[in-house]
Amino acid sequence: MRTTVRGRLLRSRTLHGFLFTAPLLLLFAAFVIYPMTMGVWFALDADAYRALFSDPIFRQTVINTLWYVGVAVNVKLVLALLLSGILDYPFRWIRLLAALFLIPWAIPALPGILSFRWMLNSQWGIFNHLLTLLGLPSVPWLAQYWTALGAVMVFHIWKYLPFWTIIFLAGRRAIPNELYEAAAIDGASSVQNFWHVTFPLLRNLYLICTLLSMVFTLGDFTVPWLMTGGAPGDSTHVLATLAYRYTFTMGRLEWGMATFAVAMPATLLFIGMLLRWVKM
Amino acid sequence: MWLSVVAVVMLAWTLFPVYYMLLLSFTPTNDLFKPGLYVEHPTIRNYVYTMGQDNPFVRYFWQQIGNSLVIAVWAMVVVAAIAALGSFAMARINFRFRRWVSGLTLFTYVIPSSFLSIPFFRMMADYDLIDTKLAVVLAMVTFASPYALWVLSDYARSLPPEIEEAGAIDGAGILATFFHLYLPLIRPPLIAIGTYAFLYAWNEYLYALLLLTGEPRITLPVAMGNFLTTDNAPWNLLMAVSTVYSIPPVVLYYVFKRYLVSGLVSGAVSGT
Repeated sequence: MRTTVRGRLLRSRTLHGFLFTAPLLLLFAAFVIYPMTMGVWFALDADAYRALFSDPIFRQTVINTLWYVGVAVNVKLVLALLLSGILDYPFRWIRLLAALFLIPWAIPALPGILSFRWMLNSQWGIFNHLLTLLGLPSVPWLAQYWTALGAVMVFHIWKYLPFWTIIFLAGRRAIPNELYEAAAIDGASSVQNFWHVTFPLLRNLYLICTLLSMVFTLGDFTVPWLMTGGAPGDSTHVLATLAYRYTFTMGRLEWGMATFAVAMPATLLFIGMLLRWVKM
Repeated sequence: MWLSVVAVVMLAWTLFPVYYMLLLSFTPTNDLFKPGLYVEHPTIRNYVYTMGQDNPFVRYFWQQIGNSLVIAVWAMVVVAAIAALGSFAMARINFRFRRWVSGLTLFTYVIPSSFLSIPFFRMMADYDLIDTKLAVVLAMVTFASPYALWVLSDYARSLPPEIEEAGAIDGAGILATFFHLYLPLIRPPLIAIGTYAFLYAWNEYLYALLLLTGEPRITLPVAMGNFLTTDNAPWNLLMAVSTVYSIPPVVLYYVFKRYLVSGLVSGAVSGT
C-alpha cells in the first residue's frame, strides 16, 4: 500500500516536472538539437574540409580566432580581476566610478563599434588627427592587418571588461573579512593579501569565467564583422564571419557549416569542463 | 594618490568612445571632416532628421525602431513565462530527469549562438518564416531562456519549503500553487530576467541580420550596419541614430541595475 502511494507520488512528480519544463524542452529540441543535428549532417561532407584546409583565408582565420580568443579574453580577465580590487575600496566616489564604468556594458555593441570605427578612420579620425598634431605619421588603423585585428581585440576589452569586473567584485565580496583581518595581524602587504588570500579563493571563479568567456568569444560575430568585416582583403576574419562569408556571399552552405564544425571539438571540451564545474 | 590616477585612466578609457559618439551626433555635416575634441557649432539637426525620417538613410527609422521594440517585448514576455514555469519545476519539484534538463539548459547557454545560426536560417527558410518577426523572436527566446532559467531557479531554491505546504493545506492543486503562491514570490528576479531578455533581443545583430530583409522590416541595428556598406555614410547622422538606439538599454540598465547585477552575480558566484 505504502509503496504504491509513493510510486504514484513519484510518477506524478515526474509528470509535473515534465509539464512545467515542457515549453523549455520543446524549445531546445526544436531550435538547438534539431539545427545542431542538421549542421552535423551538412558538415559530414569531406570535400568541404578539403576545400577549407586548402583555403589560405581559412587558415588565416583559424590563427586570427586563436589570437582573438587567447589574447583578448585573457587580457580582459586579468584587467577585470585587478580592477575589481579598485572597485572594492569602500569610498563613496568609488561607487560613482563603478556606475560610470558600467556604461560600455549597458550600451549595445553596435554604437560602440561605430564610434571606434570613426575614431580610427585614417583620414578624419581623432587618433590620426592627434598623431599629426604631435608630428607623428598617421596610421591606417583598419587598413592593415595588425592594427585592424588589434582594434577588434581592444573593442572587445572595452565592451566586456565591466561585466567581468562586476563578477569578480562579487567574488571578492563573498570572501569573509576575517581572512584579511588575520592577514593584517600577520603584517601582510596588499600584494601578499592578493596572492595569499584573494587569488586562491577566486581561482575557481576565475577559471570558470575564463572558460565561459573563451567559448562566447569563439563564436563572436558582431564585433569582428562590424569593426573590420574581414578587411583588409579578408585577412582579419574569425570563424563566425568567415562562415557567414562562405554561406551568404559565396553560397557555400556546407563550407559555412564545416567552418563551425572545425571549432566544435574545442567547444565541446570547454562545455564538458564547465558542466563538471558548474552546478545548476 | 595612485588610486585616483587609475580612476582617471579608467574613466577616460570608458567614457571617451561614448563622448565621441555624442560629439559626432551634434556635429554639423560641414564640420564632420574637421576632427576635434569638441563641437564648434553644435546642432541638433541630426536628431531632427532622424526623428523626421528626413534623409534616405533614416527613411524607415520609426518602423525599424518599432520592429526592434516588438521583437524585444515578445522575447521578454515569452522568456519570462517559460523560465517561470521551468524554474518552478527545477527548484521546487524533485523529478527524475532534472539533472538532464539542467545539463541541456547549460549546454544551450554556453554554445555560441552563431554556431547554430546557419542551420537555424535554413530551418526558418524551410518553414517559410524568413522575414517574419516570429523567426527572430524564436531565436531570441531560445538563447535567452537558459540564463533566465538559471537565475530564477537559483532564487527559487532559496525560498522556504512552506509554499508547497501552504498550498497542500489549502488543498490547492499544483497550478494554483504556482500562480497564487509561487509567482508573487519570484517577482524581483522575474523583473531582472525580463529586462535581460528584452536587452538581449534589443541588442541582437546576427540573427536579425540573417532572418530579416527589406528596409521596412529590419531592426534598427541591422539598418545601422547597412549604413557601413555605402561609401559615404553620413557618420554624424549615424551617431544620432546610435544615441537614440542606446538610450533604452542604458536607462533599463541603470533603473534595474540592482536586480540585474544581483541576479547575474548570484548566478555566477554560486555556480563555482
